[in-house]
Amino acid sequence: MSGTRRVLTAHWDDPGVIRLAGYESAGGYRALRTALGMTSDELIQIVKDSGLRGRGGAGFPTGMKWSFVPRDTGKPTYVTVNFDESEPGTCNNRELVEREPHALLEGTAIAAMAIGCHLAFIYIRGEYLWQGQILQRAIDEAYAAGYLGRGVLGGDYDLDIVLHRGAGAYICGEETALLSSLEGFRGQPRLRPPFPAVEGLYDSPTVINNVETLMNVPHIVNNGADWFKEVGTEKAPGTKMFTISGKVERPGNYELPMGTPMRVLLEEYAGGVLGGRAIKAWTPGGSSTPFLTDEHLDVGLDFEAIMEAGSLLGTGAIMVLDETDCMVEAARRLVEFYAHESCGKCTPCREGTWWASRVLGRIEGGYGREDDLPVMADMGRNILFRAFCALADGAVSPIQSTLTHFMDEYEAHIREGRCPATGRGPGAAGQTEPADVTFATTGPFEIQGAPS
Amino acid sequence: MAIFEGERLDEARSIIARYPEGRQRSAVMPLLYLAQSEEGWVTRDALREIGELIGVRTAEVEAVATFYTMLRARPTGTHLIAVCTNLSCALRGANDVLLAAHEATGIAPGEDLSDDGVFSVHEEECLGVCEFAPVVQVDVANHDRVTPERMREIVASLRAGDVPEPARGPAVESFRAASRILAGLEPLADEVATT
Repeated sequence: MSGTRRVLTAHWDDPGVIRLAGYESAGGYRALRTALGMTSDELIQIVKDSGLRGRGGAGFPTGMKWSFVPRDTGKPTYVTVNFDESEPGTCNNRELVEREPHALLEGTAIAAMAIGCHLAFIYIRGEYLWQGQILQRAIDEAYAAGYLGRGVLGGDYDLDIVLHRGAGAYICGEETALLSSLEGFRGQPRLRPPFPAVEGLYDSPTVINNVETLMNVPHIVNNGADWFKEVGTEKAPGTKMFTISGKVERPGNYELPMGTPMRVLLEEYAGGVLGGRAIKAWTPGGSSTPFLTDEHLDVGLDFEAIMEAGSLLGTGAIMVLDETDCMVEAARRLVEFYAHESCGKCTPCREGTWWASRVLGRIEGGYGREDDLPVMADMGRNILFRAFCALADGAVSPIQSTLTHFMDEYEAHIREGRCPATGRGPGAAGQTEPADVTFATTGPFEIQGAPS
Repeated sequence: MAIFEGERLDEARSIIARYPEGRQRSAVMPLLYLAQSEEGWVTRDALREIGELIGVRTAEVEAVATFYTMLRARPTGTHLIAVCTNLSCALRGANDVLLAAHEATGIAPGEDLSDDGVFSVHEEECLGVCEFAPVVQVDVANHDRVTPERMREIVASLRAGDVPEPARGPAVESFRAASRILAGLEPLADEVATT
């Protein structure tokens, strides 16, 4: 890892780049012109060489994803931009588009050229009302200037981009659920394989990329793969947008090289923990990534280092909790979120998240029972890897990681009937009634072939 | 009277035309938003008419409408107040903001429509503005770092017929107006620059 560099946020001090003229004077659409003179294979190769990995959570190599798209099926190919950004704690895509919407269009157009696509969709979450208007205005500007439409820049390549608004469903950030939603169905995930690269939107080969991922692409085309690899780690080159929120002095979106230690982000950029208190726990990548603690502040924020520390980089959304916060409440809120957002397709997720949130609420409210803890651990084991998509696994992260790092806090809740951190006792957070649920620990079901 | 007739029918057709031929089902969500902008929520009539427009059964449209929280399958206030209580906002005091929203609108916790039909209050999952927690959306327009006092002020100004200035983006006058924007029918007011 070396150096600092602002790529995606380089023009954030210039309010003019929200419009086409400002974006062009800042060098915008130069990469699109270059890309028009390159072959599809050359575009895929330069992105492969750059080592760019998806910024939406999974970190899959972008160039490789593009290369999986078959070109000889006789069907159209599609690029679909995942701008559903719904992972709690995450909001960098929103600010990237608020400030420089054309950068997303340029990246999308280059991705389209790489896979021979003539119709791309941007799936934006419904809650991003104004951001959708900004993006539509940018699309209209790009059409008027000849960057989109029939014969891009006077050549023979046609490209349309259509904005599609979601309507409040976290699950639609899961790529196959997003496709279901875009096709006009309930946003439920589909079985893979076939993967979207082969059979995606309208049963056609489809690339689905995150906003931040695509915004990196014009810079790679302009400056080359080697330039991109000058910052970040060997396995995760480039910069990453981090959203830091919760108990810090200066919450916000910060662009830092992959692998920057959490301590640097927290202390030098976010101004430290709010009120000078001590940090207690943090998520490295949103609600679905296991909590880490004050012991992990020197861990680098990149896919490999965070995984080694026992969590996931996810979306780079860091939520900070301090010594006065209740970990049972934190887990309960996040598990309730998953219970609310479960699409209902798979039983372990639909039922498990709901019951787990009830048990957590009971503990938080001061009515916990001794056998609640083994029951929680048991539920975690029986949800993890037993559902269709990763939403269920995300729900297990706050359960298992709080049990791992904060067992004494759970035990104190149950023993004392109140939270040792906040002092709140029975009735905390509206949990006035003991949830009428009883469980027996069963141990994990043995499912043939399931990962253990 | 039908929802989709005259100008509304033209708009519906323009929405369907955004998608490739034969893929008109993709238009179901924006069409539901358009119907919501007319009726204030998604009514049975809307489900039936949209089904006819895109060639699917009413039940199929209903299945979609009931999946998404921003498509409201029940009567909804003139103004929809969405209070985020997910972790980042909870850490910054969202619980008290939600209580203030309920108190100021007179909507009992667990209910979501005021007796006079002016307000709906919805406990929201993450709104994607975590750096300005706690956050609220009024008619899908953002309000940042909302305190219980600010929440009460917002409700009072809505009651007085004013539209509170959002933290970013233009003011949105009602939930119906927001739904029209969501249907993709309201460009930003200023003219498109052509270079």
